[in-house]
Amino acid sequence: MSQPLPASDRPAPSLDALIACPRCDAVYHVGTAPGINQRATCTRCHHVLIAPRQSAGKRIIAVALSVLFLVVAATITPFLAISTNGLSNRSSILDAALAFNSSGALLLLLSFALAALIVFIPALRAILVIYVLIPLVRNRTPWPGASRAFRLAEHLRPWSMAEVFAVGCAVALIKISALAQVDLGPAFWLFSILVVLVVVQDTLMCRYTVWKRLEG
Amino acid sequence: METPGGLKSAREMGLIGCTRCGRVWPDGTPRCGRCGHKLRSRDPKSIQKVWAWWLVGLICYVPANVYPMLQTRTLVFTQENTIVGGAVELANHGSYAIALVILVASVLIPVSKFGVVALLALSVRHRARLSARRRLQLYELVEYIGRWSMIDVFVVAILSSLVQLGSIVSVKPGPAALYFALSVIFTMLSAQAFDSRLIWDREAKNGASPAP
Ligand SMILES: [Zn+2]
Ligand SMILES: [Zn+2]
Repeated sequence: MSQPLPASDRPAPSLDALIACPRCDAVYHVGTAPGINQRATCTRCHHVLIAPRQSAGKRIIAVALSVLFLVVAATITPFLAISTNGLSNRSSILDAALAFNSSGALLLLLSFALAALIVFIPALRAILVIYVLIPLVRNRTPWPGASRAFRLAEHLRPWSMAEVFAVGCAVALIKISALAQVDLGPAFWLFSILVVLVVVQDTLMCRYTVWKRLEG
Repeated sequence: METPGGLKSAREMGLIGCTRCGRVWPDGTPRCGRCGHKLRSRDPKSIQKVWAWWLVGLICYVPANVYPMLQTRTLVFTQENTIVGGAVELANHGSYAIALVILVASVLIPVSKFGVVALLALSVRHRARLSARRRLQLYELVEYIGRWSMIDVFVVAILSSLVQLGSIVSVKPGPAALYFALSVIFTMLSAQAFDSRLIWDREAKNGASPAP
């Protein structure tokens, strides 16, 4: 079966076998958990509760490793270059994030915040997810602090803005092309791939399965 | 799908559900034993927090639109553009698509976000015209699109790091960039502070016995 049963009519079920919808608080009896590629959704609010996928762990680790590699590569290599009338300038993603640093303390703070949103948080989330999932896919006991690591990764999810930055790049490019000649560096293409991978990483993950496994 | 006995919320069953991992605990448990998340049947201060972040976000949104976002200096002129002014100028140069992206990300999304969050917070206390599910859809939409407002801040960052061609043309960020970024961050915090389970409690009250 793919849908969990409402738990209200069952006599004192073990709390372990229940799941509460995080969106609307409806309680379900998990019973036979949904199989691979099936989904259990909340009947009241349609929130996806459980959605395990075939060898998701290994795939997420592979994606997270590439995210990590791409973030590092895209950060240190120049990703855009412009030239006009013999003058030219190139800029890396970190340069862009730190663009506000010359104009006072508050803007410096904003610079660090932007660098975190574009580079550090996506990278940190990838590291945390790899740390949590490696022992799980090998059927070992989780590494120490794994649940705290996964909690942090989940907490940071809305603050990881690599894909928003990518759209910002596209807009900036078109704005600049009126002023000067623009060249796309390799980091620009790396970053475009990265954006796709970040989205894949989040859709593959079944949080319920991970938490259940971390509990042991 | 069969629903024998009807759905009950964890609260109605005298239990607390963890909003992070879904594990259910007896009422009064302080922390989730599975994921370590702090447990609250409902966050009593949720709505207050929503309004506090909402207000700060709105306050920051005003200077974000009044002050210049971008300062362009060339050999012949120095130009300062606000968010809307920049978009209008882009449209004048024929870049309608980009002007539209900027207007949607910097005006339409933030303004509708203020409206939706206020509507959700009010609907918890007062009777709402929209169904609970419709309101949750609005909430999820706001949570999803809120971060896209950052686009213009990133554009300013990219322009000011890249367009540094000595005396020919150079671009500097204006004070509005800071206020705008802050406004986006505060409204994201406002949406996150909202406890979506509150949407359903009002409906449940009409039928089932009141929660303990
Ligand atoms: Zn639900
Ligand atoms: Zn939990």
